[in-house]
Amino acid sequence: MTAAAKSTAHSIVEASPRVKAFAAVIVIFYATVTITPLLWIVATAFKSQSDAIAYPPKVIFQPTLEGYVNLFTVRTRQTPDFIASLPPATTWYDKLVRKHDMVVAGPSKVVPRFINSLVIGFGSTFLAVLLGGLAAYAFSRFRIPLADDLLFFILSTRMMPPVAVAIPIYLMYRELNLTDTWTGMILLYTAVNVSLAVWLLKGFIDEIPREYEEAALVDGYTRLQALRKVVLPQAVTGIAATAIFCLIFSWNEYAFAVLLTSGDAQTMPPFIPFIIGEGGQDWPAVAAATTLFVIPIVLFTIVLRRHLLRGITFGAVRK
Amino acid sequence: MTAIIHSDAPVDRIGAQVPFRAVRRVRSLSDRSIAWLFVTPTIALLLAINIFPLIWMIRLSFTSLNLSMSYLPLRFVGLDNYADVLSDEDVWIRLQTTAQFVISTVALQVIVGFGLALLINRQFRSHSFWTTIILLPMMLSPAVVGNFWTLLLQPQIGPFNYVVGLFTGVAPSSFSMTGEVALAPWTIVLVDTWMWAPYVMLICLAGLRSIPDYIYEAAEVDRASSWRQFWSITLPMAMPFLMLAVLFRAIENFKMFDMVNLLTSGGPGSTTELVSITLKRAAFEKWRTGYSSALAIILFVTVFGAANIYVKALNRVKQR
Repeated sequence: MTAAAKSTAHSIVEASPRVKAFAAVIVIFYATVTITPLLWIVATAFKSQSDAIAYPPKVIFQPTLEGYVNLFTVRTRQTPDFIASLPPATTWYDKLVRKHDMVVAGPSKVVPRFINSLVIGFGSTFLAVLLGGLAAYAFSRFRIPLADDLLFFILSTRMMPPVAVAIPIYLMYRELNLTDTWTGMILLYTAVNVSLAVWLLKGFIDEIPREYEEAALVDGYTRLQALRKVVLPQAVTGIAATAIFCLIFSWNEYAFAVLLTSGDAQTMPPFIPFIIGEGGQDWPAVAAATTLFVIPIVLFTIVLRRHLLRGITFGAVRK
Repeated sequence: MTAIIHSDAPVDRIGAQVPFRAVRRVRSLSDRSIAWLFVTPTIALLLAINIFPLIWMIRLSFTSLNLSMSYLPLRFVGLDNYADVLSDEDVWIRLQTTAQFVISTVALQVIVGFGLALLINRQFRSHSFWTTIILLPMMLSPAVVGNFWTLLLQPQIGPFNYVVGLFTGVAPSSFSMTGEVALAPWTIVLVDTWMWAPYVMLICLAGLRSIPDYIYEAAEVDRASSWRQFWSITLPMAMPFLMLAVLFRAIENFKMFDMVNLLTSGGPGSTTELVSITLKRAAFEKWRTGYSSALAIILFVTVFGAANIYVKALNRVKQR
């Protein structure tokens, strides 16, 4: 008994406290270093223009919402006399802007860009999961000729460099008047995401025992009824995880967005680097946009933690 | 990969199903038509958005099309574009730059990622929380990452140079990570590794966890040193996972465009101009559509060829 206890204490199953402490110190150090750039950006969003470009870089500063105000507004510079002649500022952001001899001229383009990201993201995710889910079910449950080749073909469409794909798409969309439209971007992102959706959902559906459906079929359900009432409820987690992965891709995508949109349908990633103030990038505003843009991704990462591995390997590695 | 058809379904149930199947076929769609109905939309979409444009691009690669001079009649030039691409010394230099980028990032990410996975696998308390923190960078938009690293790496105002200055005593404004020929290639490697080492880590972690404990217990009984255990158990058993990570990272980085485009946009000069950036310039700035189509096709073939060879090697490792 004691001998057995001793041997497990030595085995790799349970590392010794010293080894654990050593591992913990290095991992926590790495995690701290790796998260610092992100925290720096979140902090920069709360800096004033001058604090953001101060030397040496400021860790402690007076927080301000100027970055966020600059992100959401367009401002014009005015003479102090003109500002003094205006009626007193009514909102907190008017006051903030007037401190710098500026007045708010109107809303910036950030809200429409955000809406573009949301519409294109959710639209392409919905379509990709719908189409991918149907195909995945068929690949999982039916004997399809050349199934392995079709699956490989679906995956291989993802290996193409996006810039290369964009060349003919650009010409095709020009003919079809789809450049810089929601429809064009949704179709394109659906095509990219559908390969991920098929592969991931096939994995999830494979894990649902077919006995359930077969029992339902014996009970007189049709295939489609069995799919809706038996398989679908079991696949909800898998579908949700797949949807989040598709959404993240569309949300983060840059190459297609920058090459195929210029205004009306432009999403956030090509927009953020071009948030400029007087003389170069307006860093607090850029940082504010980045923060708002990244928050959903951080939440998704936490939600997805258990399925992350599957998602990033196209379902090749489960667990 | 799991089999498409589960051959392990209970035999008696299949037998019981037979009479019902005939009834079902009359009442609704047959399984075969459902299968095709379900698969067709996906295949059709991929044909329309991926394959048709690809075929069109192959055709264009044999033409002299230049979109900035599209009034010129479309001329078929045979293999001239391919000859132009392959005899262009610049393209070869860009391919070299890309190869160096892919090799150094993958190597670095394997070292950092595998190392982290080994440490996290020690299962110290709160390891799960810290793992999630480490994973965050790889979930971000590469373009946004490239953009905000330009702030972090600013010589005067960026915290990176300042911290380097603190530790080495070099004046923070005396060097520019993105602006110097000697440093810029390492900068894109550094930022890419920051972003993607967690990816390798996550896959390796799965590999390490797939090794059953009893193998280590047996090794303990045989008094194998931990060094020996690492080389004869841990590494070979985690190898398929490691190679999968290498495959994914190599393909992704060969295609790299967004992060580097925003971080250095290929500069200074063309020291960090990866082949995707060259392609973008040829296609969307110089509008040499025929030429860039040929380059794009050459890149496809390279990726597919390399991926196929690699997948075969991967399967061989898995079988061992």
